[in-house]
Amino acid sequence: MITRNKPFIAFMYVLMALLTIACLFPFLLLFMSSITSEATLAVNGYSLLPEEFSLDAYRFLWTTRKNLLHSLGISVFVTTVGVIANVTLTTLFAYPLSRKDLPGRNAISLFLFFTMLFNGGMVPTYMVYANYLHIKNTIWALIVPYLLMNAFYIITMRTYINSNIADEVIEAAKIDGASEVQILTRIVLPLSRPIIATIALLAMIGYWNNWTNGVYFLSSDELYGIQNFLNEVISNAVFLASKTSGSTMTVQIPTVAVRMAIAVVAVLPVLIAYPFFQKSFVKGITLGSVKG
Amino acid sequence: MRNKKRSEGKKRTLIQDRRKQFIPLYIMLIPGIVYLIINNYLPMMGLVIAFKKVNYQVGIWNSPWAGFDNFKYLFKTGDAFIMTRNTILYNLVFIVFGNAFAIFCAIAMDTIKNKFFKRSSQIIILIPYLLSSVIVSYIVFAFLSPSSGFINHTVFGLLHIDPVNWYGDPKPWPVILVIVHLWMSFGYQSILYYSTLIGIDKTLYEATVVDGGGTWHQIRYVTLPCLKRTVIILMLLAVGRIFFSDFGLFYQVPMHSGLLYSTTQTIDTYVYRALLELNDIGRSSAAGFLQSLLGFICVVTANKIVSKVDSESALF
Repeated sequence: MITRNKPFIAFMYVLMALLTIACLFPFLLLFMSSITSEATLAVNGYSLLPEEFSLDAYRFLWTTRKNLLHSLGISVFVTTVGVIANVTLTTLFAYPLSRKDLPGRNAISLFLFFTMLFNGGMVPTYMVYANYLHIKNTIWALIVPYLLMNAFYIITMRTYINSNIADEVIEAAKIDGASEVQILTRIVLPLSRPIIATIALLAMIGYWNNWTNGVYFLSSDELYGIQNFLNEVISNAVFLASKTSGSTMTVQIPTVAVRMAIAVVAVLPVLIAYPFFQKSFVKGITLGSVKG
Repeated sequence: MRNKKRSEGKKRTLIQDRRKQFIPLYIMLIPGIVYLIINNYLPMMGLVIAFKKVNYQVGIWNSPWAGFDNFKYLFKTGDAFIMTRNTILYNLVFIVFGNAFAIFCAIAMDTIKNKFFKRSSQIIILIPYLLSSVIVSYIVFAFLSPSSGFINHTVFGLLHIDPVNWYGDPKPWPVILVIVHLWMSFGYQSILYYSTLIGIDKTLYEATVVDGGGTWHQIRYVTLPCLKRTVIILMLLAVGRIFFSDFGLFYQVPMHSGLLYSTTQTIDTYVYRALLELNDIGRSSAAGFLQSLLGFICVVTANKIVSKVDSESALF
């Protein structure tokens, strides 16, 4: 836009500044409450500038780190395997679909697109996975249902390939005798890096933040990832005590601060990974988005 | 004669060759197709559960048919009305406010010329989008905790307002959930719109300026018309999901407080609770069936209307 309307520009700056604060403030509140002493929390409530700082919550988590590290480990494993599988499946589906000369392309597109319009719902999906594939209480329950592949990612990637890699390039490679696998790995993949980074980040957020699969398919807490751990901690005070006891039951557990500290620990990996993906993420949203 | 035969044979092998060359591509598609069948198409067949009187002894497929009994039961309780009303109203508010707000932010980003400020604000407004609904429920709790929450303790304390028992009073929740939803999603949507904005041909703006058009004029006659397609596509997708709700938001953020069901229960949370707490697979499936069917009808109808008005913008 071309504008010299000073009040308008100033207003927009102020608006964006306020919005960024609104996005950071709740997160800061969460972080500060995790380093506030339990007594201050009880008297003064949650605040950005607590009267008395305390690392007791983190100290406490460290002394009882076994269970927390276990669920973090599961989350890391599930996320790593899931992201790799998701990106592989998405690429393998999107590339053939981007080829305009592929016989049956429209039928396959419809087969894919229909899953965005209609679904069987939670109960039947649960039945298929629990009763026919028997994945209840296995690590697969956290990786396979819902998250492994997504029509939206495939369509996004197909659009990206179609609009960024000219048909002639692929045609030329074919004339030079390249096999389809070679075209995919040597030409399409290197040129699709931004969109792959975007899908990897979206899949990563999806896996890391998922707690529903754990709630649906796990009946014991052995395989709980970090989100299910958190979910239990907040809905069930006994869980926190049972999962963190064993060391010193006589010490007062800083319950509120500990909960917030676990939440901070659960967010950190995402926040650490985010800057590495951020650039291509914004670019990927820009490049692949919505053009059906 | 001979020659012709030969060339025909050659043609056939050429076609066969052409077919053959696609085999690797079809093989690439197999894993994805298998997954779609398992994850999406098999469950669709499971929708018959909604019409069954489930008896675990004989298995679901052999259970007797129940006709519409599950649906009747669902509507008799009055739950159906509350959860459908909540789902649709929340979605409508999310669609209208969400899009309007996101477009507004996109225009703001487009106005801001300071590179550093622009980039850092883009990074920051995406952060809420990265958080899980469990974490968001913790954050909301830090604000709304009845005894020590930021609102009750600090804000209301300063203003000398009596503390409110947030998790016991359903009335404020529509506002709370709308704010939380906007907070989580506006960054992503804004960037989506912003990406369309930076693609607008600058000469369009210049032409408006030459014609003496000011800021508002440019927004009205260049920016908004250029966003039309994106808005329509996003709205179509949202309308198709109007009977679905963000399960995490409605299940986690109200902290499972039963006192709030009148304003926080949606079809998704009901389906889950009916299954978990009442172990009622028939009613759950009936609700799920209605959800899928009505959603499908909605998106197809909306798409028809859009393609009548402007066929370019239709989804399919």
